[in-house]
Amino acid sequence: MLTRVLGDLDRAEEAVQDAFLVALERWPRDGLPDNPAAWIVTAARNRALDRIRSEKRWIGRRKALEAELRTVGEEAPEPDADEPVSPIVDDRLRLMFTVCHPALAPEARVGLTLRTLGGLSTAEVARAFLVAEPAMAQRISRAKRKIASSGIKYEIPRDADLPERLRSVLTTLYLIFNAGYGPPVRSEFTAEAIRLARLLVQLMPDEGEAVGLLALMLLQDSRRAARVDADGRLVLLRDQDRSLWDREQIAEGQRFVARGWQLGRLGVYLIQASIAVEHARGSDWTRIVWLYDQLWAVSPTPVVALNRAVAIAERDGPEAGLDAMDAIGDLDGYHLFHAARADLLRRLDRLGEAQAAYGAALGLCDSEVEREFLSRRIAELGS
Amino acid sequence: MKFLAIIYNDESIYADATQEQIAASFEAHGAFAGAAGEAGVLLGGEGLEPTAAATTVRVRDGERMLTDGPYAETKEQLGGYYLLECKDLDEALTWAAQIPEAKFGAVEVRPVMDYDGYEG
Repeated sequence: MLTRVLGDLDRAEEAVQDAFLVALERWPRDGLPDNPAAWIVTAARNRALDRIRSEKRWIGRRKALEAELRTVGEEAPEPDADEPVSPIVDDRLRLMFTVCHPALAPEARVGLTLRTLGGLSTAEVARAFLVAEPAMAQRISRAKRKIASSGIKYEIPRDADLPERLRSVLTTLYLIFNAGYGPPVRSEFTAEAIRLARLLVQLMPDEGEAVGLLALMLLQDSRRAARVDADGRLVLLRDQDRSLWDREQIAEGQRFVARGWQLGRLGVYLIQASIAVEHARGSDWTRIVWLYDQLWAVSPTPVVALNRAVAIAERDGPEAGLDAMDAIGDLDGYHLFHAARADLLRRLDRLGEAQAAYGAALGLCDSEVEREFLSRRIAELGS
Repeated sequence: MKFLAIIYNDESIYADATQEQIAASFEAHGAFAGAAGEAGVLLGGEGLEPTAAATTVRVRDGERMLTDGPYAETKEQLGGYYLLECKDLDEALTWAAQIPEAKFGAVEVRPVMDYDGYEG
């Protein structure tokens, strides 16, 4: 509502922040207003008017905006007391679609989402994405400028545009999650991604892929404590201490997977979440291979093929897995391809080849924790 | 014959310009458009938003791919243009993706400058 009226992200953001600050000052003193959400919107609108008045450069626009804001103020009916938070929640959905617009570069979407919808500072965002703070600040401000000047509207997309726009929102949330998934784990990012996905599911409960992504993140996050050992070293799924998995989170993830299947359409996130459910239940590899077949049907990428090959190795033995892996091609530059091959070669006692494959993986890998894991495997082979 | 006169300039010149410099540029363009109009050769023209507002559209294997930013390669050459009136970027991108060249070349979508906010 506010962003739509103001048509300027910065102003809306600042105005809402200002209004919250005023509220924090006033509510403890004067008591909570009858309708806090409506109060915030009104206060934010007044703050925005103040700010607009203080700007000198865009005089023409200022007049138009003021006129627009006044009309909205007069026309807007009193918010329904039964649904006190709807204006702001609605605003956040609009904001989510805006800052995740597919015409923005993915890393800009991530930065902007974390800054506008999350409580993270630019410095924190920059650290997680391994860039200098000024570079991240510039990326964010460039994205804001693009939104302001390129015709991206603060609106929930039309039906025809919804699938692609929603995909872009989901990709952005998953990028945020993965930035925190590590290793090293940064739980403020995984928690933020899960929080935003929850909000999205709450607002668009019939979108199977939103439900699927939330389930996937909950299920992956449930293994957080078991994925890295006391020395910060990576532990493979097979070797994880399952008693460290968060049962409550798994149960919640499973409920969302079930809901996703009820909605009918199998998308990439829901299928991956379903695979995670299988792992949580104890890894029935026949079902997991079947799920990877479904994933391949909707997303035939080399990485999916690699995961499918790993599942085949578990179901039919390392030889069959290796055959499936060697049929992929395209993955010579991907360290996990070599690491997965090395693991199968090791299990087949082809130790020289295994060592070479681990070496290739090590040469391509830039994660400290994973490099440590690979070096450890090479050392074990040598002994 | 009709001709398209395509303007190239360093964007930072306008980004860093003072109000006076922008006013001078308006005046210079006004003079050009006035003269060309009087001579009967001017059919139309627009300023474009800077490349920061650009989105490049390609369609490959039936799938639309968007890139943030202007068309920035050298293997294709400017081949034509359409001027579209759309409600928002989404609608413009939908149309851009239907331009035949999107399938084997690229279509850069850039908003036409809106001067309403400027004084004078």
